[in-house]
Amino acid sequence: MNINNKPLIVVENLCKGFEDGEVLKNVSFTIREGDLASIIGPSGCGKSTFLRCLNCLELLDSGSISIAGVTISRRPGQVPDEKMLDIAHEIRSEVGMVFQSYNLFPHKTIIENLMLAPMVVKKQPKEEAYELAINLLDKVGLKGFASKYPSTLSGGQSQRAAIARALAMNPRVMLYDEPTSALDPELVGEVLQVMKDLDSEGMTQIIVTHEMKFARDASDYIIFMDNGEIVEYDDGDILFTSPKSERTKAFLRHFVNTGVA
Amino acid sequence: MKKLILLLALIMLVTTSSSPVLAEDKKELVWGGDSEGGFPYMFPNPKNTDELIGFEVDIVEALAEQMGRKPVYVNNAWENLIPGLNRKLYDISINGLEVTPEHKEVVNFSIPYYKTYLQLAVRKGDNSIKTLEDCKGKKVGTLKESFAQELLEEIGDIDIRTYNVEANTYEDLANGRLDAAFFDHPIALYSAGFNPEIKFVGPEVGELEYAIAVRKEDKELLTEVNKALVALRDSGKLREIYDRWNLWTPKMAAEFNDYSPSKVEPSRYNEWAEAHRPQLTFAKRLERYADALPAFGRAAVVTMQVSITAMILAIALGLTLAITRVFAPKWIASLATLYIEIVRGTPVLIQLFFIFYGLPSIGVKFSPFWAGAIGLGLNYAAYEAEIYRSGLFAIPRTQWESALALGMTRWQAMREVILPQAVRVVIPPITNDFISLLKDSSLVSIITMVDLTKAYGQISATYYDYFGPGIIVAVIYLLLGLPFVRFARYTERRLAEVEKDGKYGHRENIYRSSTRYI
Repeated sequence: MNINNKPLIVVENLCKGFEDGEVLKNVSFTIREGDLASIIGPSGCGKSTFLRCLNCLELLDSGSISIAGVTISRRPGQVPDEKMLDIAHEIRSEVGMVFQSYNLFPHKTIIENLMLAPMVVKKQPKEEAYELAINLLDKVGLKGFASKYPSTLSGGQSQRAAIARALAMNPRVMLYDEPTSALDPELVGEVLQVMKDLDSEGMTQIIVTHEMKFARDASDYIIFMDNGEIVEYDDGDILFTSPKSERTKAFLRHFVNTGVA
Repeated sequence: MKKLILLLALIMLVTTSSSPVLAEDKKELVWGGDSEGGFPYMFPNPKNTDELIGFEVDIVEALAEQMGRKPVYVNNAWENLIPGLNRKLYDISINGLEVTPEHKEVVNFSIPYYKTYLQLAVRKGDNSIKTLEDCKGKKVGTLKESFAQELLEEIGDIDIRTYNVEANTYEDLANGRLDAAFFDHPIALYSAGFNPEIKFVGPEVGELEYAIAVRKEDKELLTEVNKALVALRDSGKLREIYDRWNLWTPKMAAEFNDYSPSKVEPSRYNEWAEAHRPQLTFAKRLERYADALPAFGRAAVVTMQVSITAMILAIALGLTLAITRVFAPKWIASLATLYIEIVRGTPVLIQLFFIFYGLPSIGVKFSPFWAGAIGLGLNYAAYEAEIYRSGLFAIPRTQWESALALGMTRWQAMREVILPQAVRVVIPPITNDFISLLKDSSLVSIITMVDLTKAYGQISATYYDYFGPGIIVAVIYLLLGLPFVRFARYTERRLAEVEKDGKYGHRENIYRSSTRYI
């Protein structure tokens, strides 16, 4: 963590609810450029919704999100207009997202998966998109799979390809929604390694995860969420060794008892 | 969407302007009849099914010559001849049309060109029926919506069976499905006059007048037709036609006040009787079927043209409807839903009738081809729309989300990610739909088109044979559908390959009993 870096993501008073109740309650926090933040917390605490709000897959109810200088804000009860949706789209193109279930496009080969968005969204020429894609595949160790279809890849390979696909859009921030939850234990490492590599290259990343060891070792800081709120927000080691809140303690105790952390 | 509307508008423009020849064309005498109207009125020549013959055909030709016009034939189903006349498909109609009060309300009639009576026929061995009164409690066949049917209804207590095709009635009488057949004398004569199993009984019943129907507003044309008819009668040309067709009866002699003996042989009747009296040898039959093949071939082309045009319309409109239902604001989407529900909930037959005969009353006119193609197209669009919609929903939501997360707009995500996958899902059901459309296209035969089904009716009625032509027409339908069946199989297999279930065997075999699942 470099405290001299500027804040890249600033979230203020973010609220989001669905028909069956409020999910995020006045969430505020800041992430600096180049940081790797892990979000942990019990199931249903709102961490996935939080991530989906960050890249506007879910439109916030109220509050403001500012990413790389683009700000979307909404007053309570304000009807979203065309302009707000345009900003949401702008934010999405600054943010890369990786899903638990990879979501590769099954009708396209791996390399086509990577080339599609740059060619369609950025109108990159095919040769340029190919060059970029093949380099990214090389980086995640999948160069040999360029012309394979997603259905032939293992889970770990699929997730690495999905990361490369998001990187092809050259995002300022990468978001991961439980990227290793669907993987066999022996495949988790290869995916985490890609994220560590990206961190050392200075990529800003936010990861929703259950991998406590990874969160503790690799994160610049950890956000503990519970019941739609950020309960604690601290350096990995500090949060794990001396949590301030009772809720954090209770949550971590569960992992200590099961020997994960 | 805009393009589609433009296309439809264009189609309407073209078809409304090029709709059937209208009355303004003075040089032609456009006349409507039913090629299945039956013998001896008009029917395809058994020796050459492309040629329409019959005593009424002879009359029209003589009439046109007398009027100095060129006869142009428009085919229509018999029960639709009068609606078709008022829809201006043709200028006059002649096909055993009886001068009834109901008919007179909607069209004008010329002076009658032929008068005849109704003839009762029974099986040769049956002595229980001698007059119409004896028919009480018996099954009697007659022509649908005819004077004969009215008479039978007046007597009451008769189990009346109505037919569209005369030949069927006498066949049913011969094999015992009916106890009697009650028809216009010419029909009886040509259906059974030479049939050793059937005899005519009872006196002449009623009086039938056949006349030429003309639209109410065409008063001048009516006068012209009447003048020509009188001239033909006085010159003896009409009598000559009746003689040749063996239709000169004492009734006609009284009508024309001409009791002189016939000068010409009943050559046309003899040909007919000769062709139908002896049982045909198998080789003769095959020869006949071979003669009919070109007619079936042309009909098959019509069937394909209508089906393919309808399918293109159905796919384009179906896609629009599906996209509207899925993406448009709620109230527009519910309009699309309403359309789908109405179209799926009403018979396609009614829809075709409505488009062809109903819409002209509000000024929208289509040629038979376009009425058929549009009717079937609009109908199948509703089914296509539902297929596409289910195809769209078969693609997981996460695909949509990950496309958006990559910075694509909604339209880009739809075009690049969702649609290409949805298309793979829907190709097999669409192909199946096309096969079923191919068969439903047989319905266009009711709006004057000579497609395969109509050709079957025509040729069978001509030969008095529903067996061989039936097999031929079924085989043609099968052959036409075959490429699409194969295509559906192929795409299904391709889809299965992408889904990769190789290790555990093909998914087609999942539900078959095998050792693995015991």
